[in-house]
Amino acid sequence: MGDPDITFYRLQACPFCERVTRKLQEHGLDYRSRFVEPMHSERNVVKRVSGKRTVPAVVDENTGVTMSESANIVEYLDRTYGGEGSGASRTSSEQSPDGSERSRGERDGGGEAR
Amino acid sequence: MIDFEVVDLAETDHVGQGDTAPDFTRPLVNDEYWEDAALSDLTADGPVLLVFHTMDGAFPTTYMWNEIRDRAWDEGNDLTVVGLSISSPYEHKATVEQRRIDYRLFSDPGNEVAEAYGIVNDLDGMTGISEPRPAVYLLDDDRTVEYAWVADEWPAFPDYDEVEDAIESL
Repeated sequence: MGDPDITFYRLQACPFCERVTRKLQEHGLDYRSRFVEPMHSERNVVKRVSGKRTVPAVVDENTGVTMSESANIVEYLDRTYGGEGSGASRTSSEQSPDGSERSRGERDGGGEAR
Repeated sequence: MIDFEVVDLAETDHVGQGDTAPDFTRPLVNDEYWEDAALSDLTADGPVLLVFHTMDGAFPTTYMWNEIRDRAWDEGNDLTVVGLSISSPYEHKATVEQRRIDYRLFSDPGNEVAEAYGIVNDLDGMTGISEPRPAVYLLDDDRTVEYAWVADEWPAFPDYDEVEDAIESL
């Protein structure tokens, strides 16, 4: 079995991760899921690959891109794999997801809390 | 070499020496994360010792992993040691840390792998829960069983010296 190009670091039941899951599936992409701990401090593997402990995080060997934050990842996947509708500008990938998303994730022990 | 036969339970037709071990894919847990992995992915890299154990937290699991850890069969041998129980990935992750083992553990809550190997152990007094009998399979790189031990009583522990002999005669 060949390894998929995309490795997806995720947390079970994390809504931001599910958002990325839907987008990966929407584009028919082959990916490998690596599930990490709810405890932020125990996510050293994510820190090593992406520089921070937040999930979701995606490593795409196909393009050499490593990316965190669901909004960024979704935009990246649309831009890279979205076909004819992939005209989104590069600058939008630098926007932060809105604060309400992040604070909810923190309360849930998951999400995109730093 | 002693012939092992299951004598206490109805199933006697478990996977044994010379058979090809059934392949399966299940979450494989290390100390940092888990991801789906196939047994055949592991054997593709060389021989594999597949250790079926009782659910994490039970004393036989503690004893087995302490002993296997201390024997460090994978050091100096071309061998991958992995475990399998019905415990969830979260429990496996705690076991890997608490036993201080470098070995990865497959999670099979549905006990379907044990069914495929013919080593199901229905647990008295825990209605609805079955798990593998304690068992040790030494597989070569095409999943041929080079050595097998399956518990014929409960509780039971593998003969570690015998396992070690089998590893050294690979």
